[in-house]
Amino acid sequence: MAADALSRVFSALADPTRRDMVARLAVADATVGELAEPYDVSVQAVYKHLKVLEDAALVTRAPGPQPRPVHLEAQVFDLATGWLERYRRRAEQRYRRLDDLLRTMPDDADPHPLSEGAPP
Amino acid sequence: MTTTSTRETQIVADPDVPLVRIVREFDAPPEKVFRAHTDPELVVQWLGPRSTTMRVEHYDCRTGGSYRYVHESGGQEYGFHGSFHEVRPSEVIVQTFTFEGMPDGVALERLVVEDLGGRTRLTATSLVDSFEARDAFLASGMDTGVREGYERLDELLGR
Repeated sequence: MAADALSRVFSALADPTRRDMVARLAVADATVGELAEPYDVSVQAVYKHLKVLEDAALVTRAPGPQPRPVHLEAQVFDLATGWLERYRRRAEQRYRRLDDLLRTMPDDADPHPLSEGAPP
Repeated sequence: MTTTSTRETQIVADPDVPLVRIVREFDAPPEKVFRAHTDPELVVQWLGPRSTTMRVEHYDCRTGGSYRYVHESGGQEYGFHGSFHEVRPSEVIVQTFTFEGMPDGVALERLVVEDLGGRTRLTATSLVDSFEARDAFLASGMDTGVREGYERLDELLGR
């Protein structure tokens, strides 16, 4: 996934309404009408959110007569969150090395290593 | 938005500003965690991936100081440098971070150390100037050179 595609996914998921839509679509496909129900917004507004999600390839709608159910592309969603998870794991690996170091570090090597040269 | 949360490292990619925030707790007092970030002899022992050698050119961790270090991996060198904007012992480090392969790119990093009574919570926030840069930052390390590192990491984490 190219960085700009990932960027579209992240910005699509930046909106709380769209995140909620994605969360509901993760359970089951839904029509636009069904998606609009819980929100205090127009169907047009829901279509706008859907367009953003579609542009990010997060959701698709099968061609055919209305109502066309909206389908979450779970792989795209997983890939985006997967990147974050890999980054997290890298940080975790780094901090496990720090854990090891903290266990072997003396408690009171130099209590004020920064005082020298620091502004008063 | 996307938050992965375990009892280990927690990470958040903020939806509104291009930042990544990492939160981790350590079973050590704040003074020690802080010192592991300021003493270059200690920093080299944990900051770089195991597969690379970290060479510190200079590391002057005080308000107004600066640093430069190089990671060596497979005959390649990757330089990083930045300035220490604000350093308050056992409390906060605000610094800039530039990967020299992308010299115009800079992250503003804030490292906050909190005393949990013997334990320490570390919150590291990296702010960049665009979502594109943030996402590239998240995606960094996805190249082949680092992939084997992930395999090792998976082994490590699988234990």
